[in-house]
Amino acid sequence: MNSTVAIGAFELGGIFALLALGCYISFNVLDIPDLTVDGSFTTGCAVSVIVTTANYPGLGLVLAFVAGCLAGLMTGLLMTKLKINEILSGILTQTALYSVNLRIMHQTPNISLMDQKTVFTGFKGFDPFDKLIVIYAIVIIVVILMNYFLKTQMGLALRACGDNEDMVRASSIDTDKMKLIGLALANGLVGLSGAIYTQQQGYADITSGIGMMVIGLASIIIGQTFIRSTKIIWTLVAAVVGAIIYRFILTIAIMAGVPSGDLNMLSAAIVIVAIAVPILKRRKKHA
Amino acid sequence: MLKVSDLSVVFNEGTINEKRALNHVNFELNEGDFVTIIGSNGAGKSTLFQSISGAVDIKEGKIELDGKDITIDKEYVRSRVIGRLFQDPLKGTAPHMTIEENLALSYSRGKHFSLKPVSKKQRQIFIEALKQLDIGLEDRLTTKVGTLSGGQRQALTLLMATIVTPKLLLLDEHTAALDPATSQKVMNLSTKIAREHHITTMMITHNMEDALKYGNRTFIMNNGQIVLEISAEDKKKMSVEDLVAEFLKVAEASDEMLLRK
Repeated sequence: MNSTVAIGAFELGGIFALLALGCYISFNVLDIPDLTVDGSFTTGCAVSVIVTTANYPGLGLVLAFVAGCLAGLMTGLLMTKLKINEILSGILTQTALYSVNLRIMHQTPNISLMDQKTVFTGFKGFDPFDKLIVIYAIVIIVVILMNYFLKTQMGLALRACGDNEDMVRASSIDTDKMKLIGLALANGLVGLSGAIYTQQQGYADITSGIGMMVIGLASIIIGQTFIRSTKIIWTLVAAVVGAIIYRFILTIAIMAGVPSGDLNMLSAAIVIVAIAVPILKRRKKHA
Repeated sequence: MLKVSDLSVVFNEGTINEKRALNHVNFELNEGDFVTIIGSNGAGKSTLFQSISGAVDIKEGKIELDGKDITIDKEYVRSRVIGRLFQDPLKGTAPHMTIEENLALSYSRGKHFSLKPVSKKQRQIFIEALKQLDIGLEDRLTTKVGTLSGGQRQALTLLMATIVTPKLLLLDEHTAALDPATSQKVMNLSTKIAREHHITTMMITHNMEDALKYGNRTFIMNNGQIVLEISAEDKKKMSVEDLVAEFLKVAEASDEMLLRK
C-alpha cells in the first residue's frame, strides 16, 4: 500500500467516521434501527454538490447537516406520532428521499464538481494532507461536542431513552421528543458525512447512499471489538477508529483484487460475522 | 389530594376478550394519606395505578390531583408529580448509566432539560440523599446501575422517585421480588421517606401483614372495584387473621394469597 492509497483510505475513514457517529446515536444511544441513513447520506451529497457548484462549499456542509436533520425528523415523526414500526418508518423516508434527492440534483443522477472550489481548497498548501486536516478537524470537533452533549441533562435523557424507556417516562421526560432530537442529530451527521464525501470525491451520485447504514453499523461493531470501554468518550472514539479500520479492510480487499461491486457484500458479511460470533459461542457453551 | 370519580377501564373493548378491568371506581385521598391496597390477581390494582399515572387509556371517569384535573394529561406530564415503583426492580433505572446519571435524570423531573452537565452542587445533593439510604451507594456514584443487586436498584428507584418530592407516590408491590431482609429494608425506607416528606402514598401488596402494619387506610379490591375500605381506627384494632377474614368475605382469594399471609 503506497502513501497515496493510505492517505485516501484515511480520508474516507474520517468521512465514514461521521457516518458511524450518526449511526451510533440511533443504534447505540437510542437503540433504534434507523434505515433513513441510506437516503439521508445521499441527501447530504446532493445538497453539498448543488451549493458547492454555487460556490459556497462551507455552506454546503452546513445545509447538508440541516437537510439530514430534517430527514431524521421525518422518520421520527412517522415513528412517534403515527406509531409506524421503526424499521418501516426508516424505509418510507428513505424511499421518499430518493425522489427528493433527485429533485435537489435537478433530476440528474450524477453531478460532477469539476474544478469547483471546495472546503479543501484553502488548505492546498498542506498537500497531500490538505483533505486529511480538514476532515479530521471536523471529526474531532464532532466527537468533542458529542462527548459533552451526551453528559448534559438532555444527553442523559437521550441515552436513558434507549436504555429503559419506561423509566424515562416515569421521570417526566417526553420520550417522543427525545427520539425526534436523536434521530435528527443522527441523520444530520450522516448528511454531513455525505456532504464531505461529495467534495472529497468530486461528484455526487444518486446511488451513493446504498449500503451506508450497514457501513456505519459495521464501523461501530469493529470499533467496539477493539475498544471495549463503556465510557462515552471511548465509545465515540471506537466508532471513529472502527470506521478507519473498516476503510482499510476495504482498501486491502480492493488491492487484493476484489471487484468494487462486491464491497457491499463484504460490509454485510462483517456485520453478520460480528453479530453471529457471540451467539454461536453461547450456543456452543450450552451444548 | 387525589380524587378518583367513576373511573372505568376496559381492555380489548368490542372483542371476545373484552374485560372491564376497573368498574366505576370512586375514592378520595387526603394529603399525607398512606393507603395499602390488597386484592387477588386481576382485581384491578395495577390497572388502577396505571390509569392514575396515565399508562393506560381510561374509558370514563375523572382523576383530579391536588385540585387539578389530570384525566387527559400524558403519562410523562403526570410523572412530574407522581412517583412510581414497580415490582420489577429493573424497571425503574437505566442499567447502562451510572448511579449519578440516573439520579441526575430524576432530579430534573418537571424542569426543562438543560444543556449543562451534572454540577458539583447537584453531586453533593445526590451523595447526601444516597447516605440516607444507608446501603453504601454514596461512594459509588460512577458505578453502572446494571451491576447493582435488585434490592439496591429498588432502593435507588425509590430515591429517584422521591428526590424531587412528588405529590403522589405509587408503590406497586415494590418489595415482592426482593429477599425478605432487603424487602424489609426497602419497605422501611419507603415509609420513612413518605412520612418525612409528607407524601400521599398508595401501596399495592400481597402481604396481609404489611397491608395492616403500614399506612392509615386499606382498600380491598375485587373485580375492578374497591369492595371494602378499612379506616385508620379499624386498622388499629385488627389482627392479620381479622383482615384475612374480612378479605375472604368480600374477595376471591387465590391460594398464593393465603400462603403469604
